[in-house]
Amino acid sequence: MRCLLHDNYPHHSHLLAPKAHQPMSHPGTPLPSDWDFIRRGRRKRPGEWVVEKIIFLVSLSAIVLIFLIFAFVGNKAWPVIIGKTNSARVSQERIIPVEDMGKHTPQELQAYLGLSARQWADMDDEARKALMELKVEMAHEKVEDKDAHINTTSWRYLFLPHQWTGYDKPEYIWQPVSQIHKYNLVPLIIGSLKTTLVALLFAVPLALGAAIYVSQLASTRTKEWLKPGVEMLAGIPSVVLGFFALIVMSSFFQHLFGYESRLNTLVSGIALGLAVIPVVFSIAEDALTSVPRSYVHAALALGSSKWQVAWQIVLPAALPGVFAAVVLGFGRAVGETMIVLMASGNASIVSWSILDSCRTMTATIAAELAETVVDGHHYRILFLIGAALFAVTFVSNLVADAIIHRLKNKLEGVA
Amino acid sequence: MKRSTSILVLLAAIGGVALSAQAQRITVKGSDTMVVLAQKWAEKYMAKNPKVKIQVTGGGSGTGIAALQNKTTTICNSSRKIRGDEIAVCIQRFGRRPIEHKVALDGLTVYIHESNPIKELTMQQLQGIFTGRIKNWNEVGGPDARIQVYSRENSSGTYEFFKEVVLKNLDYTASAKTIPGTAGVVQAVAKDKFGIGYGGAAYGKGAKHIAVKRDPNSPAIEPTIETVVNGTYPIWRYLYCLLDPAQEKGEVLDYINWILTDEGQSVVAEVGYFPLPKHLRE
Repeated sequence: MRCLLHDNYPHHSHLLAPKAHQPMSHPGTPLPSDWDFIRRGRRKRPGEWVVEKIIFLVSLSAIVLIFLIFAFVGNKAWPVIIGKTNSARVSQERIIPVEDMGKHTPQELQAYLGLSARQWADMDDEARKALMELKVEMAHEKVEDKDAHINTTSWRYLFLPHQWTGYDKPEYIWQPVSQIHKYNLVPLIIGSLKTTLVALLFAVPLALGAAIYVSQLASTRTKEWLKPGVEMLAGIPSVVLGFFALIVMSSFFQHLFGYESRLNTLVSGIALGLAVIPVVFSIAEDALTSVPRSYVHAALALGSSKWQVAWQIVLPAALPGVFAAVVLGFGRAVGETMIVLMASGNASIVSWSILDSCRTMTATIAAELAETVVDGHHYRILFLIGAALFAVTFVSNLVADAIIHRLKNKLEGVA
Repeated sequence: MKRSTSILVLLAAIGGVALSAQAQRITVKGSDTMVVLAQKWAEKYMAKNPKVKIQVTGGGSGTGIAALQNKTTTICNSSRKIRGDEIAVCIQRFGRRPIEHKVALDGLTVYIHESNPIKELTMQQLQGIFTGRIKNWNEVGGPDARIQVYSRENSSGTYEFFKEVVLKNLDYTASAKTIPGTAGVVQAVAKDKFGIGYGGAAYGKGAKHIAVKRDPNSPAIEPTIETVVNGTYPIWRYLYCLLDPAQEKGEVLDYINWILTDEGQSVVAEVGYFPLPKHLRE
């Protein structure tokens, strides 16, 4: 009989009533009428089946949507990645005077005006002539600059310093609206890292402390109001936090520390930290709570204090989960836009001082995308930044997820 | 869980925008600098002509021009001249060049903190300050303190205009803090003892403005109606309304013509910009 092979209690199996096991091991045998509800439960009604599939499709669509978004962002940035964009202000091409329109074939003129055959066909002669005139006008406004021939969207100019006209030394410059469009990403990357670092340094100790207190030391009563209280921070819209930082915190901190630049990385980092705290707190708290109570009881029984249990038993056991919480907090901090846009001052400088202003990647996209020429190089560079941000947050979320999963398995003994 | 909720919210938002995008009779979109002005114009005009509905939104000059190209707006407000590549797209979409009406004058004012003893600066000094060549207030006769430069976001028409006229197309200093919106710049300067910023004349509350000299020997000029309109104040620009030529008929044409009448131009002065002198009205 099957029940004899039961792993855990082989010797006691004869004590179990064989009758109770029979229906489970032999599904074919008829059941008494009061077992009907159980048998019904094994098969789904058609309606339930449909609803289940719909719910499945809806959740699947979330995943599909994420991939679609990434495909869209990646697609927009692709020409920059493979070096197909060109921002050089000087073109070698010859200008065709408007009077000579008749001397050229439509194909030549299409190529000259950068039109597709379809666009060419859709236009009447007057429109074509207007475009030709415009081309001549634009040629007259050509930029006189030694850097005008440079394609500033190539990788070299995105990451390495260059001595531009009017600068004393090679510098990392982000000046996309300029005679020469300068797209160096280094100031933005430094800005993002700097604010994120300040935010994490501020938020992680606070959030972890709160998580340990709530999950291990607090009485049930305190826990009941403290936990939702901290998590309520997540409910503050980031634009409100940003506004608060811009108006109140920045003046207060300047008064307190007396530094020069009122809007700086410190202010935006701390405001950002307020947004990160609930993320780190609730995941770390989950990880700490999921450590089996038997660990705690065993340690207490051996005579350790509550503090010792929290610091030396529970925290080490939940460490991967705590780490995952920090990684997710990092993802939130890197991706946050409104707070840094409002409170950081957005100066695109290369400086590691937290008392200087900084311009983050997210704030740059938010501030500049609305005004760029669609599918122009500035637009595509902003999408490149977006794709990089997406990749960073995606990887950090993935890593955190994997760690949490492994921690669960470890604590449940599945390993 | 969280991710799927946010996606739901996103979908709802998209749905909401799609519904509200129903075309009004005249839609006006574009420059943030001109939003208040355009709203006042619309209010006055609608009070006189109750049959006409005018809807005004901002978003920036470039956004407005994109909307004009996509035919989602009838009139586009722009605080800068339309660029060549933007005209090219317009020609492809409309078959004609867009029409550019000058509708008002705007003097850009340079703001500093109230406690700053400086009263006037030359154009060269302004260029030096905003390009980062001049770093300390004592170089221009002020206190010994680092200059905190505030600028608009580079998406703004004001940013480009100031760069062209004052910076002579040099780059802004990298340490210039950029603030979204002119009101934001003025407020930031009002809170920063050593700050300097610029913006439309209509926003000048909370910080003090300075007089500007064309060169060291010329007199310092305050931005006032007279000095801007007669061109002695050096930092001024036109404000434009752009249109698809095919749309310029009937009510739209009446509206544009009304803007250029004395009545329409009196609104300009009310809001704090400068009316076009008679000879400049087309």
